[in-house]
Amino acid sequence: MSTHSTYDMLRHIADSWGLLAMLLIFLVLVAWPFRPGQRVKNDHAANMIFKDENDG
Amino acid sequence: MVTVLARAGVWLVVLFLAVIAAALAADGGFAIHMAIVALAAFVCLWFTLRNTDYAAVSRGIFRMPVDEGRYDDDPIRWGVIATVFWGMAGFAAGLFIALQLTWPVLNFEPFLNFGRLRPLHTSAVIFAFGGNALIATSFYVVQRTCRARLAFPGLARFVFWGYQLFIVLAATGYLLGITESKEYAEPEWYVDWWLTIVWVAYLAVFVGTIIKRSEPHIYVANWFYLAFIITVAMLHVVNNLDMPVSLLGSKSYPLFAGVQGALVQWWYGHNAVGFFLTAGFLAMMYYFVPKQAERPVYSYRLSIIHFWSLIFLYIWAGPHHLHYTALPDWAQTLGMVFSVMLWMPSWGGMINGLMTLNGAWDKVRTDPIIRMMVMALAFYGMSTFEGPMMSVKSVNSLSHYTDWTIGHVHSGALGWNGMITFACVYYLVPRLWGRERLYSLRMVNWHFWLATIGIVFYAASMWVAGITQGLMWREYGPDGYLVNSFADTVAALHPMFIMRAFGGLLYLAGAVVMVVNVWATILGKLRREAPMRDAAYDPVADRPILAPAE
Repeated sequence: MSTHSTYDMLRHIADSWGLLAMLLIFLVLVAWPFRPGQRVKNDHAANMIFKDENDG
Repeated sequence: MVTVLARAGVWLVVLFLAVIAAALAADGGFAIHMAIVALAAFVCLWFTLRNTDYAAVSRGIFRMPVDEGRYDDDPIRWGVIATVFWGMAGFAAGLFIALQLTWPVLNFEPFLNFGRLRPLHTSAVIFAFGGNALIATSFYVVQRTCRARLAFPGLARFVFWGYQLFIVLAATGYLLGITESKEYAEPEWYVDWWLTIVWVAYLAVFVGTIIKRSEPHIYVANWFYLAFIITVAMLHVVNNLDMPVSLLGSKSYPLFAGVQGALVQWWYGHNAVGFFLTAGFLAMMYYFVPKQAERPVYSYRLSIIHFWSLIFLYIWAGPHHLHYTALPDWAQTLGMVFSVMLWMPSWGGMINGLMTLNGAWDKVRTDPIIRMMVMALAFYGMSTFEGPMMSVKSVNSLSHYTDWTIGHVHSGALGWNGMITFACVYYLVPRLWGRERLYSLRMVNWHFWLATIGIVFYAASMWVAGITQGLMWREYGPDGYLVNSFADTVAALHPMFIMRAFGGLLYLAGAVVMVVNVWATILGKLRREAPMRDAAYDPVADRPILAPAE
């Protein structure tokens, strides 16, 4: 495979399936904390830094 | 005894190798660097053989309490001291080069000219001041949020001291003229290799602590720290794929040439801003702002959304440093579009930090540390708006290569990174040294105002200077020739350069106030001063009106 056709192939993967895959992964990661029933867990996570007895 | 001998043996081998390398060095700079390495190995050898408990001796000198509790805080105390020390060095170097630009007679050839001192300044403030702050706070935060003692305590100490050696080698190298000439990546190949080793050790300590955590959830600050450590490792290795000319010489040549090299450099350079100066410092923000405000972060969901958005977008924004160059047009446009999109996750972080104070805004009035944090977030918001705007090609055609860029960088660095680091130092010192409170809160207030006014002078003068420069460079006369020579623009900017240096002086003065305050706090002194939160009380006026007015 010539250098240029490798470049061409990678570039086409990058702006088609690669882009789609990245977008889907991103959307799943962003939607993750919005799963049903996560409100309590998020509140708990936000408050966990105040539970410590040994931080002055 | 066997371990002492084995350790001493390792140091001895390093010492011998460094002396041999210094003797056979291909150039003087490499010889001096190997002599520094030999000296470091000798000091380690000495400490190993003397078999004295130097940790205890240093605890005596720096009044450090012994960690009997849950957490290993000694490397953090060292890190806080190093942060303050390198901060002073970096700010002083910055003021000096600002004066050099104003009065060129201050260029002392060859070691102290502007070209060698500028990377010394940028590396000192970013990597020495910012880096030590990041390492120290990350060790502090990861222990507290994982409720676990630091993993690999020996390795953690190696990270601290190895990083200081990296700083010394980088800084002395610049003065000796050893440089790869790549922005924020100036150290030569052997210093890069050393930093890679130290960084992998840092990753091991951080991840090791997360793995042995006793808290099921990994708090969001640790996500940011981890992103910072991993991405910086990747950026550093790829941008420093160099071939040394000789294994006993300081010179090397990069793997990537021409426009590819430029793109890799600015992919590195912009993500050094994105992951070192943004993700790492956002990690500090996500722990210390809620702790100081005594309120949980405004929205934990927003913190996760803006984390992933930042991670997915930042990495593509680098090409905006190469507008109107040989870089393909589509890549320039890509960099611009991603930079503009970055505005939203950046402001997500700012809003999340500021709204954490919702319902406690009175603390801005009464608590100077909170005030510093709020100012840091305000500057973060301002510079992350300015940045995307400057990445737009048409704006960039005016702003690029001018002092506007310098002003932009400093409103981010002095305002966001500096202020949040100062706030964290003020938070940490009384806790780490087991003091009741800081030596003086009023001195924090002085520091706040000196720094803030300093930044205003800096940013305002550089805006004016940058736009003046940009407009003068592009001004054509009716004859079709450029109106101004470069020297004309330099002369026009002279008053602005004086104002910039004055702003730097104020910022440095604020940092001197911090040094005094931190040092007195470490010594356990308490300044007797009127508390900041008292309202005026007038006992004469404070009584009921007895007779209603006629």
